Amino acid sequence: MPDNTNRNADDYLRMYRQMVRIRTFEDNANRLYLSAKMPGLTHMYSGEEAVAVGICEALRPTDRITSTHRGHGHCVAKGASFKEMFCELLGKAEGYCRGKGGSMHIADQANGNLGANAIVGGSMGIATGSALAAKRLGRDDVTVCFFGDGATAQGLMYEVMNMAALWSLPVIYACENNMYSEYTKTEEIAAGEITARASAFGIEAHRVDGQDVLEVNALTERLVERCRRGGGPFFVELMTYRYHGHHVGDIDREYYRSKEEERDWKENRDPISRLGAWLVEQNIASKDEIRAMDGKIAEDAAAAVEHALAAPYPPAGEVDMHVFTDIRHAAPVIGG
Amino acid sequence: MREITLSRAVNEALAEEMRRDSTVFVIGEDVAEAGTPFKVLSGLVEEFGTDRVVDTPISEPGFMGIAVGAAMTGLRPVVDLMFGDFLFLVMDQLCNQAAKTHYMSGGKLNVPLVLRTNLGATRRSAAQHSQSLHALVAHIPGLKVALPSSAFEAKGLLKAAIRDDNPVVIFEDKLMYQEKAPVPEEEFLIPLGEAKVLREGGDITLIGTSSMRKVCETAADELAAEGVRAEVIDPRSIVPLDEATLLASVKKTGRAIVVDEGHRNYGVTGEIAARLNEKAFYHLDAPVLRMGAMDVPVPFSPALEDLTVPTSEKLVELARKLAAGEMIHAA
Repeated sequence: MPDNTNRNADDYLRMYRQMVRIRTFEDNANRLYLSAKMPGLTHMYSGEEAVAVGICEALRPTDRITSTHRGHGHCVAKGASFKEMFCELLGKAEGYCRGKGGSMHIADQANGNLGANAIVGGSMGIATGSALAAKRLGRDDVTVCFFGDGATAQGLMYEVMNMAALWSLPVIYACENNMYSEYTKTEEIAAGEITARASAFGIEAHRVDGQDVLEVNALTERLVERCRRGGGPFFVELMTYRYHGHHVGDIDREYYRSKEEERDWKENRDPISRLGAWLVEQNIASKDEIRAMDGKIAEDAAAAVEHALAAPYPPAGEVDMHVFTDIRHAAPVIGG
Repeated sequence: MREITLSRAVNEALAEEMRRDSTVFVIGEDVAEAGTPFKVLSGLVEEFGTDRVVDTPISEPGFMGIAVGAAMTGLRPVVDLMFGDFLFLVMDQLCNQAAKTHYMSGGKLNVPLVLRTNLGATRRSAAQHSQSLHALVAHIPGLKVALPSSAFEAKGLLKAAIRDDNPVVIFEDKLMYQEKAPVPEEEFLIPLGEAKVLREGGDITLIGTSSMRKVCETAADELAAEGVRAEVIDPRSIVPLDEATLLASVKKTGRAIVVDEGHRNYGVTGEIAARLNEKAFYHLDAPVLRMGAMDVPVPFSPALEDLTVPTSEKLVELARKLAAGEMIHAA
């Protein structure tokens, strides 16, 4: 693993904790789904933690991100709290979006998260527009656009990358390549190299091991600094893996990928185990300290889940609120 | 009062709002030096520069999405969509993103953007440059929709839309860009959701949007010569819709025809007629009637195209029958 020269022990420990928080959040979300306590379904980020954490640890709260249907990891990594997240997943009034968004639309604007998006590639314009606004308003904030390899098949991506390059916008396109475009191998749907598509617009493109949080963080730190000084946009392809299926209900998936492959990624390339082992090796934390951190996070998550399960749903009167900013109740009673 | 063209009115509204608020900017295809194919924006880039009058590639979903993101993070974009027909290209960004962001975020995120585009047939531009698609976006909760019917409305509604914290879609009638109307020199706004009674009458209510306002006014002149006093109302915005003004008129006249240039099937005329039937049933002497564009793609040949839009002649004919009590069991 590379030595991030401007990082200290606290930074490494925070990155570890943030990755464990994501994994723990997802394990709890999966249990809520399996026990039929969560409405709808959700898409697990487990396995991809080093991507969200490595990138978001290089950002400030005023920097912005746009997220995807597989967005819990980005949300946690950008500073969200368990309680409001679990409440949102369960459709409760205390959720980040008062229960109106759910898993696929969590937004946390206070921490710069402009929202998950249930349209694959749907947030690429939003991220680019956020970068345009930062530049026009004279701020040195950077926007990171998270999307998966599947989204590289959307035309919108090429339209907005073209404009971002023409106008030198401070945006980093972060392609989480987990090798599967929903239920299809990405090699079957993507011709050529993904990074070459960005290079075609004159955008500097990098490929990085998305299971190595320190490498992801070191690269992002450099790109974010250059972005702040007007050097953007950039494109990063992060090679990673999703441990679960496309969504929590995608259990039987041997028709598109093997159990051996899944085992190999989990046992040999897990981002949390890798950083944990490195922390011990570097004498930054003992095994006991790591276990204590894991335990504390598990307790926090359990308390948040308990809170969310008991929390009230939004009152019926909220159903037609927030349609417009200035019309308190937008939908008249039927027949009224 | 001075008279200016609708094109000039739009240009003035943009210039005034851009001077007032530095976060307002224009984005779209050929908006800068070209000033759009209709020359509506000519002169803006000279005053405000290319940072605020932003020419884009021919990438409608792309610049629409960029506008949504810019609106969410502190700017007030005015998107120029060259033809209303191109709405189909921006539907995801407009309807899945812009329209729903405030709601999906539980009220935390706003999208204060304006999408300016146009409507209207009989310009001999055929099926992909002639549609009136406002009903399509009015169907989506979260979007406000305004339909200026003259230079006066074009200026007042656009200024109000730019100051609105919600996404607003404005459809200008492209045949009306060079038409003049009295527009005050001093500043004014027209709030979205306020219809205008253009003339009062007690026998029948003619409700006309955008290009159909003039059709209604011409028909009202002819009907007056026959002794039928028509009340003419322009809703000015269809979301929100000023139901109270429409209902008050229909309760007085007992008869109404709704005229709109969108397709008749599942359109604006059906929506307004249904609301009047639901809320003024006992005041009606006959069913509320509708006139819209014929439910065919807009044909190129002038001989065919002119058949597809409502005209004052057809409206007079229908109004005459309605006033005479012939339409009570209309098919």
